[in-house]
Amino acid sequence: MSFNVSDIRSDFPILSQTIYKRPLIYFDNAATTQKPVQVINAISNYYEQDNCNIHRGVHYLSVKATEAFEETRREIREFINAPSTHEIVFTKGASESLNLVAASFGKKFLRPGDEVITTIMEHHSNFVPWQLICEEKGAVLKVATILPDGELDLENLYSLFSERTKIIALTHVSNVLGTVNPIKEIVAFAHNKGIPVLVDGAQGVSHLKVDVTDLDCDFYCFSGHKMYGPMGIGVLYGKEKWLEEMPPYQSGGEMVKDVSIEKTTFNELPFKFEAGTPNVEGVMGLRAAVQYLKDLGMDEIRAYEDKLLQHAVSRLSAIDGIRFFGEAPGKASLVSFLIGDIHPFDAGTIIDKMGIAIRTGHHCAQPLIDHFGIPGTVRASFAFYNTIDEIDKLAEAVNKVKTMFG
Amino acid sequence: MTIQETENQIIDEFAAVDDWLDKYDLILDMGKSLPPIDPKYKTDQYIISGCQSKVWLYAEYREGKVYFTADSDAIITKGIVSMLVSVLSGQTPDAIQSADLNFIDRIGLKEHLSPTRSNGLASMVKQMKLYAIVFKMKG
Repeated sequence: MSFNVSDIRSDFPILSQTIYKRPLIYFDNAATTQKPVQVINAISNYYEQDNCNIHRGVHYLSVKATEAFEETRREIREFINAPSTHEIVFTKGASESLNLVAASFGKKFLRPGDEVITTIMEHHSNFVPWQLICEEKGAVLKVATILPDGELDLENLYSLFSERTKIIALTHVSNVLGTVNPIKEIVAFAHNKGIPVLVDGAQGVSHLKVDVTDLDCDFYCFSGHKMYGPMGIGVLYGKEKWLEEMPPYQSGGEMVKDVSIEKTTFNELPFKFEAGTPNVEGVMGLRAAVQYLKDLGMDEIRAYEDKLLQHAVSRLSAIDGIRFFGEAPGKASLVSFLIGDIHPFDAGTIIDKMGIAIRTGHHCAQPLIDHFGIPGTVRASFAFYNTIDEIDKLAEAVNKVKTMFG
Repeated sequence: MTIQETENQIIDEFAAVDDWLDKYDLILDMGKSLPPIDPKYKTDQYIISGCQSKVWLYAEYREGKVYFTADSDAIITKGIVSMLVSVLSGQTPDAIQSADLNFIDRIGLKEHLSPTRSNGLASMVKQMKLYAIVFKMKG
């Protein structure tokens, strides 16, 4: 597939609607991405032709659906270059993946006085589960800080490691700042000390080519709905050695080997962590999304999104009073900003009325927003179906906000 | 004036305005005319926080009527707060409790009272009515 934005846009039916009599400009991709017809059709085709329960049953539909399901697992393995399909667990999304690791790894490995490292730029889903498991286990949560441009303060991060550190959990790409963290370098440092690394890849997979073998991270979590797939499906990649050791997170059907009144033994990986009937439609949709991204090419996507980002920064920085949050080199395609002292809610309300979907507030990252001492930011997050013209409209809208409230 | 009379006045003002941009200009002006809250009530104790804009609310009970002062850190919210205060302040607890406040919907701003996390207004209305109940009970 060649990279032609108007062809791409025609794959996304939702983009052709009008909002308040203006064409919809969708700049809230960090919250969720829109779905191409290929994904939508995969889901409706599944229910029209292939629906049944999988991994059990000997009938034709069951075998066919099971094969498609497991084929998707192989495709995800390939998409992130994981060593084995035993290491690909389907979950409800990144939040569930993160909760799974915090609860299960925590249960097995955290003792009173142990330490968990995270960062101040985390989404609540990679902060609160660690906070809670630390409280439960009497462990200590240490939080690395950031530099003024939104880069992780590596010196500070490395200084937090100690004899008691058991795991470090951090984001690949910040959903507020757009900062892309140097995962490979951090993993090398942590592994030198024998400490595993969990990466929250919710914002990573849609913007970058992710290679978990190259990164050598121990866990990588992401959601289908942030990479043009459906909601309610996500992936946990975990190195086999960790997943083998970790106890099940949820139990019930599917994840068992033998069940009796006295005792139950558990299924092998990855099924040990997939209790109950899976979200098969979600997996079918995710499969179509992965294929769509492969056809476009992650490198091509990155290059185009970079152009959008540069244009946005250039247009917005020409506006008097603009304050950007997150200007790290090599950042992903989103901008968080404030317009002088104008409250983000006020700005967002007006920008909305101009047909532009942006997000305002703390973006599920309260510690980060508090760190800046602001009520929130206005965030515009771009995808490969956005255009330069749309960014120009955003700049107009921001100018309008300035005129009204300035 | 009764609650209904004040609401009608607001509805009339907005009826003269078609364009959403002019509507928000009107809301901004209303925000500017909101009597300032005493700074000593602009503390966490009087905050009704929504996810994005903060609302401070103080209430007093005098001679059988409830009087409100309020503020917000977002101007649009302040404008709607100003409308709510002008409608409900100086009314009896019974009148406040039974007010349906559908004027917000009638002027086309229903989204600002929707029960999402994005503003403190829905919580503010709830709080104003709670004050009315409590003041009435205490007598």
